[in-house]
Amino acid sequence: MDENLLLDAIERYRNGQMNDAEKLFFEELQKNNPDIKQVAAEHSFFLDELENLSDQRAFRQNLKEVESRLRKEGAFSENEEQPKSKVAYLWNRYRRTIAVAAAIAGVISFSTATVISRYSENKKVAVITPLVDNKLNQFEHKLNQIEHKLNDATAIPAKPKFEANFRATGFLVDGSGYIITNAHVVQNAKNIIVENKKGDQFAALPIYSNTLTDLAILKITDTAFRKVSGLPYTFPKTTAELAEPIFTLGYPREEVVYGEGYLSAKSGYYGDTASYQISISVNPGNSGGPVIDKDGEVIGIISSKETNADGVVFAIKSKNIYTALKEIKKEKDISIKLPTVNSLKDLDRVKQIKKLEDFVYKVKGN
Amino acid sequence: MKTIDQEKDLLSGLAANDTNAIETIYRENFATIRSFIIKNNGYPDDAYDIFQEAMIVLFEKAKSGSFNLSCQLQTYLYSICRRLWLKKLQKQNRYNPSIETIQEIVAVEDELELHEKKDKDFLLMEGALKKIGEPCKSLLEAFYIEKKSMPEIASAFGYTNADNAKTQKYKCLVRLKKIFFSKYKNKE
Repeated sequence: MDENLLLDAIERYRNGQMNDAEKLFFEELQKNNPDIKQVAAEHSFFLDELENLSDQRAFRQNLKEVESRLRKEGAFSENEEQPKSKVAYLWNRYRRTIAVAAAIAGVISFSTATVISRYSENKKVAVITPLVDNKLNQFEHKLNQIEHKLNDATAIPAKPKFEANFRATGFLVDGSGYIITNAHVVQNAKNIIVENKKGDQFAALPIYSNTLTDLAILKITDTAFRKVSGLPYTFPKTTAELAEPIFTLGYPREEVVYGEGYLSAKSGYYGDTASYQISISVNPGNSGGPVIDKDGEVIGIISSKETNADGVVFAIKSKNIYTALKEIKKEKDISIKLPTVNSLKDLDRVKQIKKLEDFVYKVKGN
Repeated sequence: MKTIDQEKDLLSGLAANDTNAIETIYRENFATIRSFIIKNNGYPDDAYDIFQEAMIVLFEKAKSGSFNLSCQLQTYLYSICRRLWLKKLQKQNRYNPSIETIQEIVAVEDELELHEKKDKDFLLMEGALKKIGEPCKSLLEAFYIEKKSMPEIASAFGYTNADNAKTQKYKCLVRLKKIFFSKYKNKE
């Protein structure tokens, strides 16, 4: 049956434009053809949604017009509402500024303390440190007092402390917030948080996870995250050469750790051609870290090490990332763009790391 | 105070997108909502936003036909606004647990859940329509939203006859459906 005719029939049936004979025929048709029934159900649903859009648009338009007319008319004159007191109003407005001021005051007293401790002849540090704390407390106390006085004791609640029970590494593959790591890292995680070098934490969700290749891609969902640009590395599709010097950055500790080594075999565990064997010193927490060659190309992602052997580490070849992105595109219609410009080439290692650090994230969760 | 019948009339007026009904509800309830929001850390402009959203919730409810107002309209609106405002405060990390209640409230969680879903669908459809581009967008809007007839559309869009316009419309429709459902299924 011609699809247009079918859609037309569905619409006419839905709008009650069919005569009885037609109606009967169409109902019979649906009963005998599950495919047609399915199409009809789907199309009706879609038309409902369109209708919903149409109604909503009209209503929202009307709503706005009524509101602006009434406002112009002065139906709800603004003065009859005295917003508490003026002080409270200002306090609300400048609360953030005050908090910043308080933070700065804290930093200043802290740095003063450092200076003092440096220039004082003896060990006054022990005395000075609690003094700093006190000052902060005093300040907070004052803020609290003001708040109480205003009868508006709204403390801005701190973010609930996040208790992670694992930590690994990941790095950005697309500046709009896509991070690659291992599938085994996020496999059983309920909550995932990624943290950059500065300590900013963002909530993230896995959008892709393949236990076969052990690759996972996370999307930073936190609204606080701002798009970053200038990813300095690229991802080769070709296989790297034996003995190539490589290095990695990762989070086996709370602080970022650098490690270097070389490519020892073109295949991984039991001849797995999707990964390399590399020789490098890694520890739990390095999982998901980039394996980078001297030109700043990410040739792989650290995934595992052999328990009974020393310095035998496996890294997933970077060409698997391309396959993963294709699958994501197909399944979720999300396009992730890998960086195409390499700005690490010809830099010395220290400078390379400086550039890289910002793009390697700690992946934590529970 | 309004009688139950009067409130019923207001609701059916609202469902029919009747300007008078909207205006009456605004006049009778907005001041209360505004004073609630201003007392709870908000500005007058917040009140307008919240009230508008609450009206949309009410509209959806009224339109669904299954709506039986079990309390006064005023109480119902107040409850919705209160919930919406709490949510907004929470989102901005300005949640104040001592938020004050000056009126009785009823549970509106289900309504808001439904509203959130409808709102998402609405935005999804708007997005899909934007994505298909012209002339498809105008063509589909003319037929499905402005409810123009095919001959009218054919002459407005310069098609030789209504059948041509119809074929074109279906082509556009299939594309729109594809975009909509790919997003919709993705969302689930």
